[in-house]
Amino acid sequence: MSLIFVILPLLAALSILFNYNPQKVARGTAAVTLFFALGSVFCWDASVWGLSFEMLSKPSIHLALDFYDGMSVVMVILTALVLFAATWSGKCPEQNQRLWYSSILLIGAGAFGAFLATDIFFFYAFHELALIPTFLMIGNLGTGQRKEAAWKITIYLAFGSIILLGGLIALVVASGSENWLFSELFKADIPAESQKWIALLLILGFGILVSLFPFHTWAAPAYSCAPAPVAMLHAGVLKKFGLYGLFRLYPMVPEGMQAWVGWIIVLLLGNILWVGFVTINQRRLDSMLGNSSVMHMGYIFLAFAALVSSGGLEANPLAQPAAIVLMFAHGVTIALLFMLTDIIRRKTGTVELSELGGLAKAAPNLAFLFGLAGMASIGLPGLANFAGEVMVFLAGFHGFDGQNFSAIQIATILALWGVVISAVYMLRAFRKTFQGPAVENTSSEKVKDLGKFCQIPAAILAISLLVVGLYPKSLLSLINKDTSAPKAAQSEN
Amino acid sequence: MIPFLAWLLLLAPLLSAAAIHLYFRKNQTLSSLISTGSAALGFVSALILLPMDTGSVRFDWITIPGWNSQIQIGLELDKLAKGMMLVVTGVGVLVHIFSLAYMEKDESKARYFCGLSLFMFSMTGIVLATNFIMMFIFWELVGLSSYLLIGHWFQKDSAADAAKKAFLTNRIGDFGFMIGILMLWGIAGTFDFAGLAPGLAENTHSATLLGIAVLCIFAGAIGKSAQAPLHVWLPDAMEGPTPVSALIHAATMVAAGVYMMARLFISLTPDFAELATLLPTFSYTTIAWVGGITALLAALMATQQDDIKKVLAYSTLSQLGYMVMAVGLLKPEAGMFHLFTHAWFKALLFLGSGAVIYACHHQQNIWKMGGLRKTMPITTITFLIGTAALAGFPIITAGFWSKEQVLEAAFYGNNMPLFIIATAVACLTTFYMLRLFFVAFLGKHRSDDAKNSKEVGPLMKIPLIILAVLAVIAGFKPIAETIAPLFEYHEINLRSPALWASIGSILVGAAAAALLYLRSDKDPLENNPVAKLFRNKFYIDEGYAKVVKFGQDAVAAFIHFFDELFIGGLFAGGLARSASGVGKLFTRLQSGNLHGYSLIFGVGVLLLIYLTVFAS
Repeated sequence: MSLIFVILPLLAALSILFNYNPQKVARGTAAVTLFFALGSVFCWDASVWGLSFEMLSKPSIHLALDFYDGMSVVMVILTALVLFAATWSGKCPEQNQRLWYSSILLIGAGAFGAFLATDIFFFYAFHELALIPTFLMIGNLGTGQRKEAAWKITIYLAFGSIILLGGLIALVVASGSENWLFSELFKADIPAESQKWIALLLILGFGILVSLFPFHTWAAPAYSCAPAPVAMLHAGVLKKFGLYGLFRLYPMVPEGMQAWVGWIIVLLLGNILWVGFVTINQRRLDSMLGNSSVMHMGYIFLAFAALVSSGGLEANPLAQPAAIVLMFAHGVTIALLFMLTDIIRRKTGTVELSELGGLAKAAPNLAFLFGLAGMASIGLPGLANFAGEVMVFLAGFHGFDGQNFSAIQIATILALWGVVISAVYMLRAFRKTFQGPAVENTSSEKVKDLGKFCQIPAAILAISLLVVGLYPKSLLSLINKDTSAPKAAQSEN
Repeated sequence: MIPFLAWLLLLAPLLSAAAIHLYFRKNQTLSSLISTGSAALGFVSALILLPMDTGSVRFDWITIPGWNSQIQIGLELDKLAKGMMLVVTGVGVLVHIFSLAYMEKDESKARYFCGLSLFMFSMTGIVLATNFIMMFIFWELVGLSSYLLIGHWFQKDSAADAAKKAFLTNRIGDFGFMIGILMLWGIAGTFDFAGLAPGLAENTHSATLLGIAVLCIFAGAIGKSAQAPLHVWLPDAMEGPTPVSALIHAATMVAAGVYMMARLFISLTPDFAELATLLPTFSYTTIAWVGGITALLAALMATQQDDIKKVLAYSTLSQLGYMVMAVGLLKPEAGMFHLFTHAWFKALLFLGSGAVIYACHHQQNIWKMGGLRKTMPITTITFLIGTAALAGFPIITAGFWSKEQVLEAAFYGNNMPLFIIATAVACLTTFYMLRLFFVAFLGKHRSDDAKNSKEVGPLMKIPLIILAVLAVIAGFKPIAETIAPLFEYHEINLRSPALWASIGSILVGAAAAALLYLRSDKDPLENNPVAKLFRNKFYIDEGYAKVVKFGQDAVAAFIHFFDELFIGGLFAGGLARSASGVGKLFTRLQSGNLHGYSLIFGVGVLLLIYLTVFAS
């Protein structure tokens, strides 16, 4: 059953090539996958979702898809939400509709596949499938210095993928497993010395994909130049693949990760503090958002570092749920922000902060939604990001004995300053864009408020932030079910 | 019944805010009535709950299997919370009524009342919080509503800047607050107020670390209650509509810091005398000194302000300093008592100033007023009562009783320097309040705005009268004992030097004000260099602007430059160059970047298959 998440967008992309109305097909497909994703909340642990089909016998590689655990369910819902918003909000150049919508659908299919794959080969391959149309879209249909940005993201992510591939192969080889299924691999007991080097490759590979400091400079230009749906899908969903992968594969190399935890802490502080300051200095709305999304990855890495330094899921039961909630929250928030920024660009013709001003008067709904998403991204309670962040901080202080600080606690305290930094750049941008007197040409009476049609995807994203923010159990009940006992293990017992 | 009322208290304003935002934005009048109705509903529930024998309700908000703590949302209904609730909803409902008239012609009235309701919800959450995380949640939410209301007239640059400044300054305080919460959680093993004392007794901990945790938590109070050095946002916050200043920036939200510290102390031990042994000296002495210094600095600044709201804003800072000082002297009951009386008379003064501003066509400069006693007699009388209460006029005003307790706390706490500061502040308070009163209300009209002013209508007058009555009676023993959140009766001791020092300081302040201002048309201290220092707030705001400019923006620009040059350019650029060599090879065959990528991808897959199929 879980194949529909992959096959439906793929078929839709194919049908677009056969001259069906691209917009209608894409929007319809996104709506259907969203329906299935939300429906899966109630029955994801049923056996009907599972699929395993041997593609290659030596080595044994399966096209295996399933909701492996709550983390997969949350990521699938996130993908479906952002895919829906990406297809329903964007405005594409008339002559490129086919490329535009088929690319979006391919990215969606790849993301669904990567989060649902239970075979490590397809886990990797689906992510690659999603990257190719991403590069294509930025290079061909982007704005500004699109060629340069596309080249940069391609080089970085290709490099990251190669390192990752090396790590994954090493992992499979070291495990001595006959096939590539998670359920088989996780049984393996890898010696500490091999773990160490595998872990390094995984941290580097996944890290580059998630714009871990200092491999982050591709992200902001790519998101600034990318067409809005691509920025939404990559920053919101695809980038989370790296973090998802780290958490997913951590149980195989816990000691290896432990060896590098000091470096992880230093680098994640680079994301939060260094990139935080870089973000303060941005003069454009889109590059500010791009950098802020790099910065916020640091908090999810902080959860990972807390998990690693505590020594496992049992020792720190908070860390993984915290990261999952925050991944979801950040994905929805950044997608909403990129979507609204694109609308601002279309309405005013600019995203330079110095050329914007006073938009809230002419476009109160746009201002409200942007304000809500902005507040979410700086961790205002009542919105999903706060629930995630506070859990991350608690995870960092889990095991604090009331007498001595360890490295992770000091890192948590430093990371908390990032909450101030976020507020500085986000409120400045909001102040410049929406408040103050209206600026001639960009926010005169001519600018119209958000149309009814754009309000639907925006409202869906905003509501999901509110639901999770006010009632975090809505996500936690999915995650809690099994972080300790994955479904595959349950079925075997 | 009890849980129902408590939930009503919390949720009625939230429902009102949501309903206004979603459905009634177009209907301004209906919106204002819904909001006022929800505030009234809250007040009635608070009143009914007050005498009831109540406990607390709580339910889990975040739980994780295997995690031995949990985050709860609950409602604490002890005396402290219920008394505070009465203050919040009492002032709240009066401010709502006053706003009906004050904001009548505002084109965004619905948005304003939506903000007020959101504030009432958030403030209720702080007061009824059962644990620190819940308090932090609502702590940030009052910050949001304050941000929205200060920035109500967001088209004005000054209002938008003030809103941003308020939010950011509070964030700095909240940075410390969250660290404190995390540390205290580590030390006591719980967020719950009720579990704090047993948690501390059970777990071994370092006293120094506990002291640091308390100070970190206090950082939250420094932000919210605008204590030095984070006091700079409050005077700017006067950009908001005046009723907002009365409710949020005088009576309730800014007092939340004091309430939170009282809540912390009462949770540590119900017997405040034990606090001195429980906490290391440096922690509470720091708190007391922060309060004392704020009280003095703000009082000095207040003496030279010409904007009627700015005078009141600095006086609020100064009075909050008093409360914080009392808390730091380990007399939270004195601080809370002063919070209680202050709420009424400061709300009265702010609403009075609102009435004046309304009548004088948004003129806020006191030197352009004058003679208002002739045109606005009721406002004048109520304002005089408020002034007397703030100055602590003996026996017949509420302010006297509570201020006496603060002064006694310093005097009997054997902290002579703080006692001297507190006495000086009392003198300055009388001085600047009478200066304001003499200049704005007495004498002759100094502008057409003042000459043409008319007494305000009943919707504004009635709240003033009610608050004036409370400003007198709230300090009396029977009333304070019934409704004040924390109260301990102190007999007047005629031999107490504290009493005579305070009466003496009032007389000195009054005499000086009369001498200088009773008959002046402009400030006689205008050219005095010391007065200039006060008027310019000791140049603290300018100093901070420099810190932000050089400490943050210049650093940010430098880091950004470095990031692009080295990390983006050289370090990663080298990486990109070596890969682009491979890419270029393929560009010759076919154009486009993708081919370079697909080469790498293809090689990767081949490598993978080779390694697994042939190498194993």
